[in-house]
Formats: sequence, structure tokens, C-alpha cells
Amino acid sequence: MLNNPYVPILFMLALGFAFAAGSVGASVLIGPKRYNKAKMLPYECGIQPTPRPEGGGRVPIKYYLTAMLFIIFDVESIFLFPFAVAFNKLGLFALVEMILFVATVFIAYAYVWRRGGLDWV
Amino acid sequence: MLSLATADFQQADVDYGAILPMLIVFGGALIGVLVEGFAPRRARHSIQTAVSVLALAAAFFALAVVAQGHQGKTLAGSVVLDGPALFLQGALLLMALLSVLMMAEKFGGETPDAFTPMGATAPGSPQEAAATRLGLVTSEVLPLTLFSVGGMMLFTAAGDLLTMFVALEVLSLPLYILSGLARRRRLLSQEASLKYFLLGSFSSAFFLFGAALLYGYAGSVGFAEINKAITTATPQLENLLLPGILFVLVGVLFKVGAVPFHSWTPDVYQGAPSPVTGFMAACTKLAAFGALLRLAYVAFDADRWSWRPALIAVAALTMVLGAILTVTQTDVKRLLAYSAISHAGFILVGVLSFDRMGVAGVMFYLVAYGFSTIAAFAIISMVRAGGSEATQLSQWAGLGKREPFVAVLFAFLMMSMAGIPLTAGFTAKFAAFAPAVAHGDRAGAALVIIGVLASAVTAFVYFRVIVLMFFNDTDGDVSVLSPSIGMWTAIILATVVTIVLGVYPGPALDAADQLSQFLR
Repeated sequence: MLNNPYVPILFMLALGFAFAAGSVGASVLIGPKRYNKAKMLPYECGIQPTPRPEGGGRVPIKYYLTAMLFIIFDVESIFLFPFAVAFNKLGLFALVEMILFVATVFIAYAYVWRRGGLDWV
Repeated sequence: MLSLATADFQQADVDYGAILPMLIVFGGALIGVLVEGFAPRRARHSIQTAVSVLALAAAFFALAVVAQGHQGKTLAGSVVLDGPALFLQGALLLMALLSVLMMAEKFGGETPDAFTPMGATAPGSPQEAAATRLGLVTSEVLPLTLFSVGGMMLFTAAGDLLTMFVALEVLSLPLYILSGLARRRRLLSQEASLKYFLLGSFSSAFFLFGAALLYGYAGSVGFAEINKAITTATPQLENLLLPGILFVLVGVLFKVGAVPFHSWTPDVYQGAPSPVTGFMAACTKLAAFGALLRLAYVAFDADRWSWRPALIAVAALTMVLGAILTVTQTDVKRLLAYSAISHAGFILVGVLSFDRMGVAGVMFYLVAYGFSTIAAFAIISMVRAGGSEATQLSQWAGLGKREPFVAVLFAFLMMSMAGIPLTAGFTAKFAAFAPAVAHGDRAGAALVIIGVLASAVTAFVYFRVIVLMFFNDTDGDVSVLSPSIGMWTAIILATVVTIVLGVYPGPALDAADQLSQFLR
């Protein structure tokens, strides 16, 4: 049974669980317990959490458009890379397909540009 | 330097005639995106409506004239244009055309009536007017619909699991957005959208996981190859097959709305804007059943005896639970949602007959049900109380006395859904149930008995609505908006189709029969 190639993975899994449970348990058992106000706040790295406006006003989310645009071009470059590597062998057909693909992506880009997605308001 | 393996590039054969209808729909959607970016704001809505209608009509024309002569496998087997694909794509395009006319409806306002330009503003408020002035218009719904229709067309014609998955996502993602755009009862709509998205991505994960298992089993994602691998099976991989099949079926049964994967249906049907609900109920169901047929009859056919019991149980549960829960509904949209669930069960009975006649029956049922559902949701979007849709059943009391024409139309659609003879619903149920009796074994007959009993239960519900409309006293301030020519055309056409399919079903049944052979 121990010859099974998946046995090390089983051990790894058990070790992982043991380490996670062990380190959390150990800090509960042997860690110092001196609480103050700052320690009871939710953990935030860097900036203070934004106070929510009275009456639940609008919270601007400016970054998501940038992130989505990034994903569009990210995916485009993923497809462009293998195309560029094998360009010589692919011939005219693949070139036309790639131009169509890039044009399609640029339609989405043109939409974002025209609808004010690139303005930082 | 890493050397990359460069095998000789083999260009896939592309039969442009076969994929022309899909290219037209996706092209129309892309043009719609450009229109959204460049056309002047005032003209946008009219241009978008024209582009969508033209694209769908042109795609139907291309399907009937060009694609019909280009049947076969193309794009290296990832698209299969055979009889069922042709029939379902044609039906999809026609139903989508009617849905687009409904979505474009303004009811005399400045913007499409059902959709909000900004999710945070109340209809008719100064904030909404300000949002409209800022250019937040709602004509995006039409390109989104076109993208979804394109995905649905591909869903019915996919030749392998990966293409089917991509099609599933292309059809689903726009629907998640569309169902959250309702102008009235916005929170309900946004909640519906989120629920649909979360449960939908969950079921997509099931589909993908099943596809991975099947790839492990067969060494290919192609449907024909999977079926071939089942017949020449390697015993040590046998364990991957059934879980893979069941997981993939879960993904598709979710889109169909079969019990126990139905829980999203009532919430989403209720929350989504009514034109979108009609579109989803008719077109998504048709596309999902097209995919289910292809999986059951092409990809998993050779192993059908091991997964058939599970699907039989799902079909029985769907019919029984759908019918019982329909009885308890007090909201028209939720009522139609639960009725959609029980209809999914009836259609599954036809799927389980494993016969060409069954395929034809299922396709006919999908068309008959789709057109009457679109018209029903169109009428629901017109019945208003205090500005928003009067979806409470009690508000429909006495509608027949005040608005006889609309009430008669709705009553007729209800009768068709109940399956009264001389309506499309009756012919459809007969077409779906008869092959199950003729070709299914005892399980098929048992399913048909459950189906007949369940339709008797749901018939009671539909007749209760009719009685409520015609024999009860009017109550409250319910009024019926008068729609524009486009929407009237859609409603009348859908009703006429429902009548014709009931009174003179021969040509449609023949067409479904001729186009019922899957290409393996």
C-alpha cells in the first residue's frame, strides 16, 4: 500500500492540517493575552477603513473598470503569445483570424473609451 | 533557450455557410456595442432596436437559405450543424426577435420602460432624469441580448464539451446582467441577479468538473469520441465515466430548471424585468434542452442505461414538485416560474423516450411553450397598478370585465399551457408523451402517467387564473398599458403561433420530424 504514488500526497495533506491546527491551537494555549482597543479592531493594512456615509450613501468604486480593462488586455496577450511564437508556420489564415480577434477586443476598448470608462471622475 | 514544439499547423476546415447565422448575430452584437459608443444619445435606442431586429432577421434568413445546405461538422468538429441544431436555432431566432420587440418597448416614456438607467434611482425620480441626462441610457440591453442569443445558438450546435461550456457562459453572462436591470422593484431584481449569478457559476463549475472527468475517461472532449470510448471502454477508467456524465448533466439541468436544481427559477423569474423573464423562459429553456438532447442522444448514448434512472427520478420529481408548488403561488410571475419547472419535467419525459420521435416531440414542445410564454410575460408587463407591474394574483381579479381583449389573450395562453385540446400545449404534450409510451419501457409509461396527473394539477391553477379574471369582481386601480405597434406585433404573432400549432400542427410537426436526426 505504501508503494502507491499518492501516499506522499496523503502525508502532505495530513501535515498541512496538523500545521494549521497546531499553530492556531498553540497560540491560543501559550500566547500572551493582553488585549487593548487597537487589537480588537478588524485588521487593515495601510489606510483606515472608510467610514460609511450617513444614511448609506454611494461608495465610489473606481478601480474595477481599470481591473476589467487589464483583464481584457491580459487575455488578449495570452492568445497573442503562442500566435507570435508560431507565426511563421501559421500562414495567412491565422493572421486574418488574429486581426479579427484583436479588432473584436478593440471594439470593447472603444466602448469603454467612448462611455467615459477611462475618465477618472 | 527553451525550444517550443512546433508541430505542423493543420488549419481547421471552416464551413462559413454553416456558422453564418451565428456570425451575423455576434456581428450584430458587436455593431451594437459600437453604436452604444458612437451614436448620439437620442438616436441610440432606435438604432439599437433596428440593428437587433435586422441582425436576428438576417440570421434567420441565412439559416433558412444558406446554412441549410451546409449541414455537417465544421471547425474541427466543435460545431455540428445537423437537423435538431437547424430547427432549434431557427426557433431561437424567431423567439428572440419577439423578445427584442418587447424589450424595446417604451410605453410612451423616453427610455425603455422595463430597464433602469441606474440601479440606485427610483423610476420617475429627479435622480433618474439626471442619470438619463448624464447619458446613462439602457439601450445596452439589446446588444447583451444578441450576445446571449449567439451563445444559445452555439449551445444547441456544440460538438464538444469545451465549446458547449464556452457557449453556456456566453449565453449566461449577459442574462445575469439583464435580470438585474429592472426599473421597478429594483432590490428584488438585483437580488435575483446575484442569486442567478452565484448559483449559475456553481452549476458551471459542476459542468466543467464533469467535463474534466469525461476528458480523463475518453481522452477527448468531442461528443462522438466520448460515445465511441464508452463502447470500447478501458475498465480501469470506468469510475470516471458515470460521475462525469452526472456532473455535466447537473450543469445543463440547472439551466433547464429541473428539480432539484430549480431553486433559482422562481426568484429570478420574479425579479428579472418581465421582457427578460419571457426571453429567459423561452429561449434559455430551448437552448438548454437542445444541449441536453445532444448530450443524451450523441455523447452519452452508449451508456444510457447507467444514467437513465437518475434522469427518470429528476423528471418525476420535477413534474410533481413543479405542479404542487404552482398551486400555492399568489404571484403571477412566480406562478409561471413554477409552471416553467413542471413544463421542464414534461419535456424531460420526451427526452427520455430515446427515439427520433421523442426528439421531434421535445422540439415541438419547446417551440409551442416558448411562444406562449413570451406572450404571457408580455401581457404581464402591461398590467399595472400604481406604476409598477400588478403581479399579485388578487390584482388580476375582474381583469376580463375591464380589459376583455388582453384578458382573453391571457386566458388563451393559460389554456395552451394547461394543454387543452386545440391549443399548442395539447399537441406539444401529446408529441412529447406519445414516444415515451411507445418506446420507453415501463418507466416511460410511469413517467407519462405522472405527467398527465401533474398537468391535471397545473390545469387547475391556470383555470383558477381564468376564473379570477372573468368571474370575480374588479378590485383596486389595476390598469392595462397600451403598447406600441412593435410589442403588439410580438404579442399577436406569439398568440397566432400558439393557435396555429394547436389547430394545424401538421407542418411544424413534419418539420420537427424531418430535422430530428442527430449527426454523430
